Amino acid sequence: MAAHLKKRVYEEFTKVVQQQHDDLSTKKLRLTKPSKSAALHVDLCKATSPADALQYLLQFARKPVEVESVEGVVRILLEHYYKENDASVRLKIASLLGLLSKTAGFSPDCIMDDAINTLQNEKSHQVLAQLLDTLLVIGTKLPENPSVRMRLVEVACKHLTDSSHGVRNKCLQLIGCLGPVEKGAAKEVESQAAKDVQKIIGDHFNDQDPRVRTAAIKAMLQLHERGLKLQQAIYSQACKLLADDYEQVRSAAVQLIWVLSQLYPESIVPIPSSNEEIRLVDDAFGKICHMVSDGSWVVRVQAAKLLGSMQQVSSHFLEQTLDKKLMSDLRRKRTAHERAKELYSSGEFSSGRKWGDDAPKEEIDTGAVNLIESGACGAFVHGLEDEMYEVRIAAVEALCMLAQSSPSFAEKCLDFLVDMFNDEIEEVRLQSIHTMRKISNNITLREDQLDTVLAVLEDSSRDIREALHELLCCTNVSTKEGIHLALVELLKNLTKYPTDRESIWKCLKFLGSRHPTLVLPLVPELLSTHPFFDTPEPDMDDPAYIAVLVLIFNAAKSCPTMPALFSDHTFRHYAYLRDSLSHLVPPLRLPGRKLVSSPVSPSITPHEDPSQQFLHQSLERVYNLQHLDPQGIQELLEFTIRDLQRLGELQSELAGMADFTATYLQCQLLLIKALQEKLWNVAAPLYLKQNALASAAAKQILEETYKMEFMYSGVESRQVVIIHHMRLQAKALQLIVTARTTRGVEPLFGMCEKFLQEVDSFQRCFISELPHMQGSFVDKLLDLMPRLVTSKPSEVVKILQTTLRQSTFLHLPLPEQLHRATANIIEPTGESDNPLRFTSGLVVALDVDATLEHVQDPQGTVKVQVLYPDGQAQLIHPKPADFRNPGPGRHRLITQVYLSHTAWTEPCQIEVRLLLAYNSNRSKASTRIPKSAWNESLEALPPFENGIEGTIPFSKPVKVYIMPKPARR
Amino acid sequence: MPEIKVTPLGAGQDVGRSCILVSIAGKNVMLDCGMHMGYNDDRRFPDFSYITQNGRLTDFLDCVIISHFHLDHCGALPYFSEMVGYDGPIYMTHPTKAICPILLEDYRKITVDKKGETNFFTSQMIKDCMKKVVAVHLHQTVQVDEELEIKAYYAGHVLGAAMFQIKVGCESVVYTGDYNMTPDRHLGAAWVDKCRPDLLITESTYATTIRDSKRCRERDFLKKVHETVERGGKVLIPVFALGRAQELCILLETFWERMNLKAPIYFSTGLTEKANHYYKLFITWTNQKIRKTFVQRNMFEFKHIKAFDRAFADNPGPMVVFATPGMLHAGQSLQIFRKWAGNEKNMVIMPGYCVQGTVGHKILSGQRKLEMEGRQILEVKMQVEYMSFSAHADAKGIMQLIRQAEPRNVLLVHGEAKKMEFLKQKIEQEFHVSCYMPANGETTTILTNPSIPVDISLGLLKREAAIGPVPDAKKPKLMHGTLLMKDNSFRLVSPEQALKELGLAEHQLRFTCRVHIQDPRKEHETGLRVYNHLKGVLKDYSVQHLPDGSITVESILIQATAHSEDQGTKVLLVSWTYQDEELGSYLTSLLKKGLPQSTA
Repeated sequence: MAAHLKKRVYEEFTKVVQQQHDDLSTKKLRLTKPSKSAALHVDLCKATSPADALQYLLQFARKPVEVESVEGVVRILLEHYYKENDASVRLKIASLLGLLSKTAGFSPDCIMDDAINTLQNEKSHQVLAQLLDTLLVIGTKLPENPSVRMRLVEVACKHLTDSSHGVRNKCLQLIGCLGPVEKGAAKEVESQAAKDVQKIIGDHFNDQDPRVRTAAIKAMLQLHERGLKLQQAIYSQACKLLADDYEQVRSAAVQLIWVLSQLYPESIVPIPSSNEEIRLVDDAFGKICHMVSDGSWVVRVQAAKLLGSMQQVSSHFLEQTLDKKLMSDLRRKRTAHERAKELYSSGEFSSGRKWGDDAPKEEIDTGAVNLIESGACGAFVHGLEDEMYEVRIAAVEALCMLAQSSPSFAEKCLDFLVDMFNDEIEEVRLQSIHTMRKISNNITLREDQLDTVLAVLEDSSRDIREALHELLCCTNVSTKEGIHLALVELLKNLTKYPTDRESIWKCLKFLGSRHPTLVLPLVPELLSTHPFFDTPEPDMDDPAYIAVLVLIFNAAKSCPTMPALFSDHTFRHYAYLRDSLSHLVPPLRLPGRKLVSSPVSPSITPHEDPSQQFLHQSLERVYNLQHLDPQGIQELLEFTIRDLQRLGELQSELAGMADFTATYLQCQLLLIKALQEKLWNVAAPLYLKQNALASAAAKQILEETYKMEFMYSGVESRQVVIIHHMRLQAKALQLIVTARTTRGVEPLFGMCEKFLQEVDSFQRCFISELPHMQGSFVDKLLDLMPRLVTSKPSEVVKILQTTLRQSTFLHLPLPEQLHRATANIIEPTGESDNPLRFTSGLVVALDVDATLEHVQDPQGTVKVQVLYPDGQAQLIHPKPADFRNPGPGRHRLITQVYLSHTAWTEPCQIEVRLLLAYNSNRSKASTRIPKSAWNESLEALPPFENGIEGTIPFSKPVKVYIMPKPARR
Repeated sequence: MPEIKVTPLGAGQDVGRSCILVSIAGKNVMLDCGMHMGYNDDRRFPDFSYITQNGRLTDFLDCVIISHFHLDHCGALPYFSEMVGYDGPIYMTHPTKAICPILLEDYRKITVDKKGETNFFTSQMIKDCMKKVVAVHLHQTVQVDEELEIKAYYAGHVLGAAMFQIKVGCESVVYTGDYNMTPDRHLGAAWVDKCRPDLLITESTYATTIRDSKRCRERDFLKKVHETVERGGKVLIPVFALGRAQELCILLETFWERMNLKAPIYFSTGLTEKANHYYKLFITWTNQKIRKTFVQRNMFEFKHIKAFDRAFADNPGPMVVFATPGMLHAGQSLQIFRKWAGNEKNMVIMPGYCVQGTVGHKILSGQRKLEMEGRQILEVKMQVEYMSFSAHADAKGIMQLIRQAEPRNVLLVHGEAKKMEFLKQKIEQEFHVSCYMPANGETTTILTNPSIPVDISLGLLKREAAIGPVPDAKKPKLMHGTLLMKDNSFRLVSPEQALKELGLAEHQLRFTCRVHIQDPRKEHETGLRVYNHLKGVLKDYSVQHLPDGSITVESILIQATAHSEDQGTKVLLVSWTYQDEELGSYLTSLLKKGLPQSTA
C-alpha cells in the first residue's frame, strides 16, 4: 500500500508540473509548491506525537485543495486514520474528509467505501459522529445515486442504537437527508433499510435524550421538505411532544404539527375525553394556539408565526383566538372594546365617563367558566400582550395573514391591531400599521377606532407617521365626522411636522377620492363659505389650505354637484393648483368655466400613442439624414433634441426615453460640430485656442456617455454597445486633438497604443454585436486594424480623422422601459436664512432626506457630496441602513451628514448634492455579454478598463447656510 | 410517608401580613414576614409565638425568605428579628434588600412620629435587621445548609419581586409571593421553569377576575391625560411612591417623547427620588425594552419629568403632577387636589384602589361636595377618573403559572376565602391536582412521595443493560443488584462487589429435593433415562450427562441413587442454588410426574 501510495504521490507531483506548461497563467503561483497530498504525507509521517499531527492537520485545513488532488489527499488521510490511536486526531481527519468531499467538482463516490469501512472499528463516539457527518456530506454530493444513499441509510440505521446522543443525532440527520423519498424506490431495493424510514425516525420521538428527540423531529421535517408525504399517524405522536420538557423539542414539534395540519387538513381526529371529533387542521390550530402561552419565548415566536399560515382553519376557531371573557368577582364584565362599540352604536360618542362605567354586570355561572381553554381561545390576545417583542411582532404578522384571507376575522381583529399602535417598541407599532394597511380592503374603521389611529399621527417618528399616511390612503371611513376628524388631525400633524407636507397631501388626495359622498356635506364648512356673506380669500400658499383643497378637488372628481358649492376664488385656486401640483389635483369638469377647459379626452390610452409615435418619427428623421449638408444636419439635430427634451417634460412616462435619446443626439451633434471645426484644415499648432471647442466636446461626450450608461435603469446590451462606440469616437477625437496640438511624437506613441488596445477590447467585448454596426466608425477601423498596428502615430491619427469623418451615424435602438435615475433632496430645503452655527473643529450633524427614483443598488452607488466655499469637497458614503425602500424603483435616503470646518468670519453657504458613483468594472456591458466572451477577455483586458471610477451628480444641489464659530477659550 | 406541613400565620384566606411557615423534610422555613394594613394593634404582625413557645426562633427556623419589598410582605421583619429575636439568615433579592429599608423607615416614621406609638422598632433595629439579610440573584441556587437550597425566579409585580423554590433532597416547594403574568411598561412577566414542585404556594388576589388587555387601559389613560393637557387643564395623579408610580412615569415619559409634547410633568419628591435611583441601578430586573435601550438611555432618567415644588401648583398652563399618597387622604396630593378641584378643565386620575373613608374613595363614588377640616365645603368640579393598574396575576395568569410549573399540589394564600373557593375548584378540575386553602393558624399536611436517588455502579448498569431488550425510556426495567446503604448514601452494586466491600464471604444457599421414581433398572440406566427425558423436554437448556452418572441442567445437579430399602425405587436427588429457584422447582415438578415409559 505504501509503495502504491508513494507512486500516487509522485504521479500527482508530475501531473502538476506538466500543468505548468500548458496552463501557464492560471497556475503561476502554485508552481514552486509540491502537491498538497505529498506535503501532507511527509508531514504526517514526520509527526511524532498526536499533538504534532493535529497541528499539521490544522495547518493543512487552512489552505484549499485543488480538485484533482482531493482523492490522493483522502487516501493519505485514511491511511493515517487507521494508524492513529489518538481520538482527537482521528476526529480531525474525519472532519477533514467531510470538508474535502465538499470540494466543488469532486465526486466522492470513490471514497465512500473507505469512509464506511472506517465506521466499523471506531470506538470513540465523537469520531463516529464526525464520520457520520462526513458520510452525510458524501451522500448529499451524490444525489443521483439511490443505491449509495440506501447503503448510507442502512449504515445509519445500524448505528441508531449507539449509546451516545451525538451519534444518534447524526444518524437521524443522515436518514432525514438521504432516506428514500419515493415509495416505489423503497420497494425496488429489497434491503432492510428500505423499511419505513418514517417508522425508524418516529421510534426516536421517545428517545431519552432531548437532543435526539429534536433531531428526530427535524429529520422528519427534512423528509417532508424533500417531498415525502408524512403519515397521519405521526400526528398523535407529535402532539405528545408538545408537552416535552425541553424547548427545542417543543419548538420542533410545533413545526411538525403545522406540517401535518397542512398535509391532512380535512382528516377527522377525536377529541380526547369526549366523543366529539374535529378536523385535524382545527385541532392542530388549537394546539399551536396553546403553545402561544408556552414558557419559552422561542416556542412562542415559533407558534405565533405558524398560526398565520393556517388559513384552512374554520372561522369558528379563528375567531376564538381573539376571545377573552372578562370577569370581576365572578361577574361577567365587558371588555373595553365591547364598551367602545356599544357606546358607538348607541349613538353617543365620548360620554362623560364616570367611575363604575366598567362595573361588572351579570353574575356568571361558576361551573361554566373555563380558565384554561383547550381550544384556540385568546391565543392572539396573549400573543399581542407578550413580554417579548419578537412574539408580539410574530403575532401581528400572523394576524395580518389570517385577516387577509378572512374578512370577518379582519373586522374582529381590528380593535387589537389598533391597540398595538401604542406598543412601546417602534418596530411593533410600525408592523401593526403596515398590517392594518394590508387588510384595509376588508375593513371599515369605526369612529372611535379612527380616533385611536389618528392619535398616532403625532408620533415623533417619521416612519410611523408616513406609514400611517399610507394607511389612511387606503382606509375606508364610515362617517363624515370620521373624514372631518381625519382632516383635522392631519392638519394638526402638518403644523407640528411641516416636513410631512407631501405625504399628507398625498394622503388627502386618496382620502378625498375614496369618500366623495362623505366629503360633500363638509365642503361649506371646510371652505368656510357662507350663504350670504363673502368670506375672505384664504392664503394660497398655506400648506393647510392646499391640503383642504386637495381633499375637496379629489372628492369633486367623482361628485359633479360639488363645484356648485365653490366660491370664485376656489376656482382660481383650482386652476393654479392644477398647474402647480398636477399630480395631486385631478382634472375636473367645471361647468361654464372657460378658464379650465377640459382637455381630457375620455380615455387616456390613445393619447400616449401619438407621443410615442412622435418620438419614433423624430428619431427616424434623424437617422435617415445621411446626405444633408452639414449645416442642415446640425439644425435638424438641434431641433430634434429640443423636441425630445420638451416631450420628456410633458410626458413623464416617456421622460427616460426622451432624455436618453436626446443625450445621444447631443453627443452626435457635438461630434459633428467638433469635426467641422476649421482647425482641421489649418496647420496644427497655430490654432491652439481654436481646438478648445473640439477638446471640450470630446470631454463632454465622454461624460455624457457615462451618464447614459449608468444613470438609466433598463439599458440593454444593444444600447451599451452604441454608448461604448460613441465613447470610442470621443476618444479618437481626443487623440486627434492632442496629436494636432502637441509637438513631438513620443507622447503620441503611448496614446496610440492605448487607443488601439481599447479598440481591441471593444471588439472582444462586443463581438456579437459587430455585425449590426455596418459602416460605423468601429467597423471601418477594424478593417484598417492591420495597417494601424504597423503604422506610425501620425499616420494613425490621419487614418482616424478620415474614418471619423466618413463613418455613419449609428441607429440607437430603444429599449422597452427606460428610466432616468433621479434624486430629489427634500431636506435640507435650502430656504433657511438662519445659519447653522457650530464651534469650529467640532462636528455638526446635518439631516439629509432625499427620494431616489430608479436607482439600482442605491446602497452601493449613492453618495452625498458636500462642497465647501473654499472649494473643498467631501464625499460621504451613507450607511446601507439609511436607505429605505418604500416601493418598487423608489428609495428613500434619510441620513446624517457630519460637517466640520475651521472658523469662518461670517456665515456662508455650502452645497449638498447627491452623486451616483459608477465603476466601469461593474459596467452593464460586462454583466450582460455572454459569459464565454467575458472569460476570454478577462485576463487580457487592459488595466484602465478595470479602473475607471467616477461620479455623476444627479440631484439639484441644495445650499445650506452654515457658520463655524471660533472656539471660545 | 414524608410530608410537607404548611401553616399560614398571615395571608391565609386573607390579604395582608403574609407569613407562611413551611416544614419540609425536617427543615423549617418562614416565607415572608409582613404587616397588616388594616390593624393598629397586635394583630398587625403575625403571631410569632405560634412558632415556638419558649425556645429561640433561631433554633427552630432554618431561614426566612422575603419575596418583595411591599410592607405586607416585609413589614414585620425588624420586629421579628430584633424584638422577638431571630439571628438566622434572611434571604431576599438585591433590589428588595436595597429598597426594603427605605419603606420600613417610612413606615416606622409614620407609626412612631405621626401616630406617636411607642414600643415600636427603631431605625437602628432596621439597620441591624438588614445586616442579617443575604441577597440572592435570579436563578442562583443558594445552599442554606447542606440539604436546604433555595432559588429565586422572576415574578414581575414590583422591582425585585421574586418567587422562591425551596428544595430539600427531592422534595420542593415553590412560593410565588405576589406576581404578575402580564408584562407592563417597566417590568416583565413572571416566569418559572417546569420544576414540578411537590407544592406550589400561590397568591390568589384576583382569583375570580379575568382582566382586560393592558393596552386598552394604557391607551385610555394616555388619552385622558393628553386631552386634558391639550385643553390646558392640569392633571393630578395621586400615587404611592413605589411600584405603579414608576410604571405610570415611564408610560407618560415615553408618550411625551413620542408625541413631542411640551407640557411639564412633575413628581413630588421625597421617597420617590431615592427609589428612582434604585430603579436606574437594577436595570436587569426590568422589562425587555428598558433592558435593551438603557445603553443609549436609561429609561428611568426622565427627560420630561421633573421634581415638584409646592409653588408650581399655582403656575398657569397645563401640567401633570404625580403626588403621594395614593388615596388622597393626606399630604401633598390632597393639597394639590384642593387647589385644583374647582376648575372643570382639570382632572384627577386615581390609578388604584382607595380605602373607604378617604377623599379618594369619596370622589370615586361620585361625591361632588366634600367636607374638609374646619367645616369648609369643597366643591369638586374637576373630572374624576379611575384607572386600575394592578400588578397581580388574574385567574388566567394563576392558571398559566400552574401550568408552567406543573406542581403536584397547590396551596392558595393571599386572597379572600370566597374567591379562593372558586379558584380551588377550578384548579382541581383542570389540572387534577389537590388544592388547599388553609386559614391563618391552620396546618395543612401534604404527603409526598419523593423518589430516592441511588447511585449505581457503571459496570453493573452496563451489564444489566446489555441483558434483555434495548432500554426504553418509558418503561421501568428490572435489575438485579445489591443495595448498599452506607454512610448515608445509597448505592446499587453487583453482589460480588458488595461482598468484597463488606468483607463477607459468599454463602451459597442450595435447595435439595428427593424425587422417588419407580424404576427397577440400574442406577446409571435410570440416570440415562432421566437424561434423555430432560434432553427431550428442555431443548433450550444445556443438559449434560457427566461421567460420574450425575446430570446437570445449567447449574442444577441431578443424581440418581438406588433406594436403600427398595431397589425398585430410585431416588433422584435434585439440588439447585437459590438463584435458579425457578428452574429448579420446574425440574422437580417435571420429575415428579415420572418418566415416560420408554420403549427400550
